[in-house]
Amino acid sequence: MRHVLALLLALQCLTAALAQERRSGFDDMARETQAMQREDAANPAMLWVDEGAAIWSRPAGAQGLSCANCHGAAEASMAGIAARYPAWDEGRFTAIDLAGRIAQCREQRQHAPALARESEGLLALAAFIGLQSRAMPLAPPADGRLQATRAWGEALYRQRRGQLDLSCAQCHDDNAGRRLAGSTIPQAHPTAYPLYRLEWQGLGSLQRRLRGCMSGVRAEPFAYGAAEMIAIEAWLAQRAAGMAVETPGVRP
Amino acid sequence: MPSLKPLALLLALAGPALAEGLAEPLTAMEGDAGRGRAIIADRSRGLCLLCHSGPFPEERFQGNLAPSLAGVGARMSASELRLRLVDSRRVNPESIMPAYHRAEGLHRVAPALRGRMLLQAQEIEDVLAFLLTLREESP
Ligand code: HEC
Ligand code: HEC
Repeated sequence: MRHVLALLLALQCLTAALAQERRSGFDDMARETQAMQREDAANPAMLWVDEGAAIWSRPAGAQGLSCANCHGAAEASMAGIAARYPAWDEGRFTAIDLAGRIAQCREQRQHAPALARESEGLLALAAFIGLQSRAMPLAPPADGRLQATRAWGEALYRQRRGQLDLSCAQCHDDNAGRRLAGSTIPQAHPTAYPLYRLEWQGLGSLQRRLRGCMSGVRAEPFAYGAAEMIAIEAWLAQRAAGMAVETPGVRP
Repeated sequence: MPSLKPLALLLALAGPALAEGLAEPLTAMEGDAGRGRAIIADRSRGLCLLCHSGPFPEERFQGNLAPSLAGVGARMSASELRLRLVDSRRVNPESIMPAYHRAEGLHRVAPALRGRMLLQAQEIEDVLAFLLTLREESP
């Protein structure tokens, strides 16, 4: 009898632990949508990756430099890079996300026309660079200077906002796995961005997703590239540390 | 003096608002259950079915973040329901249910909606009138 009880107890602990395991939004998708992400030939995001590869080696700006002129083959120089962002920007002494870094290189090193947030060119480069980290574990830098940014991001994540007065944590920590009308609430891991969303019929960044959630609770979303956005991204990356990069993902 | 402390605590916990809810209707006009049902089912007005399920066979996607609305009219009085709708935080400060008739104390509301409540007084009474008709628990 005592053995059975002990076994039951152990089983209960195990199921509790499993229930709390981190899951990618991928795990909750319909099988057909999963197949789209799994097979590059079926993944519409690969069109952007191809475009990103073309931009990588295309000369631009006054000196006619391409990304490849400075960085060489992305397969080598960009492996694992996306898994480490947001990172510390030594130049501006603040946190910077991958899209911000790409835009910065483009303007300040390549001296080419700026790439706006959410422009096709920036999304394409981010998807191409992100692909070079696919299947690698998210590895936020140990850099202590990012600590304050992450803490701020966590506070923003836990703050109620909007007319519906809901925080990210109330949906994504407390109610993940439950159904908000027709959608299963994911745990909000940033592992697959930029990704192709069927609802958008296009590629979009993590910040576009976050703005969607903010509008959803009828809050004023933070602007693209805002320090608050980068702080939330840094917190989400920390929260998902060790999970595999899926970029470029697919979501419903 | 120390003996008063537990009493004060008890009073704070079981204040009149919590025990009886809001007995006073918000409007002179009686609530209309038909209009209330429509508000509940409307995903851009009531938003109720984002979180709740209930006896709305025509609505395919219903949430499961909250108890079913089936039978709620038998479980709770009109006063209790009114308080829940107006501001569920007064019942449970941790509640995720939005306050439908409170515009203060909110943060970063979309500019077009600032100062506006989720439902107007008459709409609260309409929703309430419909909830009171829900007397059967779901099977
Ligand atoms: C009312 C519930 C709710 C709130 C509040 C909310 N979200 Fe979401 N979020 C969702 C749902 C539902 C989805 C999935 C959307 C879909 O599939 O249509 C989602 C998706 C996401 C994703 C994408 C995960 C993936 O696998 O691609 C991220 C990241 C995210 N949310 C972050 C946030 C952050 C950060 C906040 C706060 C600023 C927030 N959310 C607020 C409900 C919410
Ligand atoms: C974002 C989620 C959410 C939305 C939207 C929402 N509710 Fe709720 N509601 C809850 C939760 C969760 C509870 C459980 C008690 C609590 O935690 O406050 C609840 C409790 C209730 C109760 C008490 C039920 C009981 O059995 O104790 C009623 C009645 C109710 N809601 C009605 C409504 C109506 C009507 C609407 C729309 C006008 C609505 N709710 C919208 C989340 C929500």
